[in-house]
Amino acid sequence: MLIASNVTKTFGKLKALDNVSVTCNKGQTIALIGPNGSGKTTLIKTMLGMVVPDSGFITFDQHNILHSWHYRERIGYMPQIGRYPDNMTIAQVMDMMKDIRKSDVLDEDLVNEFNLPALAHKKMRTLSGGTRQKVSASLAFLFNPDVLILDEPTAGLDPLSSEILKQKIVAEKEKGKLILITSHILSELDDLVTEIIYMQEGKLQFHKSIAQLQEDTGQVKLTQAIAHVMKTH
Amino acid sequence: MRTIVKYVMLDLLKNRIVMGYTLLLLVLSFGMFSIDENSTKGVLSLMNIALIFVPLISIIFSTIYVYNSAEFIELLVAQPLKRKTLWLSIYSGLALSLAVAFLIGVGVPVLIYESSATGLILVVSGLFQTLIFTGIALLASVKTRDKAKGIGVSILTWFVFTLIYDAIVMLLLFQFSDYPLEKPMIALTMLNPVDLSRILILLKLDISAMMGYTGAVFNEFFGGQLGMLVSAIVLLLWTTVPVWLSVKQFQKKDL
Repeated sequence: MLIASNVTKTFGKLKALDNVSVTCNKGQTIALIGPNGSGKTTLIKTMLGMVVPDSGFITFDQHNILHSWHYRERIGYMPQIGRYPDNMTIAQVMDMMKDIRKSDVLDEDLVNEFNLPALAHKKMRTLSGGTRQKVSASLAFLFNPDVLILDEPTAGLDPLSSEILKQKIVAEKEKGKLILITSHILSELDDLVTEIIYMQEGKLQFHKSIAQLQEDTGQVKLTQAIAHVMKTH
Repeated sequence: MRTIVKYVMLDLLKNRIVMGYTLLLLVLSFGMFSIDENSTKGVLSLMNIALIFVPLISIIFSTIYVYNSAEFIELLVAQPLKRKTLWLSIYSGLALSLAVAFLIGVGVPVLIYESSATGLILVVSGLFQTLIFTGIALLASVKTRDKAKGIGVSILTWFVFTLIYDAIVMLLLFQFSDYPLEKPMIALTMLNPVDLSRILILLKLDISAMMGYTGAVFNEFFGGQLGMLVSAIVLLLWTTVPVWLSVKQFQKKDL
């Protein structure tokens, strides 16, 4: 349902994305893996329309996303570093998002499990990195979207919250949603993902299912399989 | 669109600078009118506030506000919103708040002391300056990524329109004083919204007689209906073109 075709993006001299083509289908849980600066976040941002590609195009359900915005109603995005207006409280940010999305079906599981109502009156500027992540995660899941794009979801979360989030991802996966995750903590992804996209220096190295990757590398654990790939590439 | 304007306005209402700006304008306006019995002098002094101080505050405040809203913009760009709607909402929120501040700070005193055509044209000019310089601020801040550089560009733009432009016009006048420059002067005035507004106010004050032959030519042109129409169109262009350019730029911007 989300297809990128020959997407290229340069920032000055740096080629952040180099002719990347990927196809993401409903029901898949895809891990986007690669070293720092390999273009994972840029790819995600082009899918969200936050970065405009120099060439190539992206379609969402067969519609080109360029100059379109309705499709974002069906995406929940959790940024790597959630940045929020300093002077707003958690409750105000939540209310503003509800106001913009105008969705009737709300999924407040994470809001409650992270115990955010107790912190609702706190200003965004006073929050710790982990709490901000909780707000970002809650917002991504709040509107029950068909597609979830999670950029380093567990970075900065304590083990307990990290586990809550993981359980939530599994629950959504079982509902047949498309989930895209980038993470450096490979052990976490092991029992979560069905596909792997591996990127390096802005290029797509491969897009395989987990089973295929295990077969190709002869390793069962994702950590070892990727280590094997990194050594050979 | 209304949702976003609402949030921008709410944020600005909490901002003490807009409140302070309103109060300062109020104090200045009442001060100017109370100093002298002759309210024409008050209008003249207020003209300088409306044409120099108002553009400065509008452009700098708006530039800083846009840079400080970077998080807000980033958050909303990933939401189901048109970029154009988002950007125009920010412009509307800013322009509306500053315009209301000007209407309270200058409009109300003018209404009390000098509710004439001159007073009206002063208030309308000030409102145009607010809208025009807020628009230019948006263009400057979308073009430059760096905050310090963006604010620098804004201050420089204000400098050009209020000071440097006049200096260049003066230089041209002296260099080409042997030629009839009245018609080119009208064209040059049109290119600067601050000068255009100043001429419109001065002509209403009936002191154009002191401006010699050029004043007479100006009076003939700007005093007529055609001149008024052309001036209004030029001011409207100054209000819309920078905002439109900034929208185009914002639609292509990577966040």
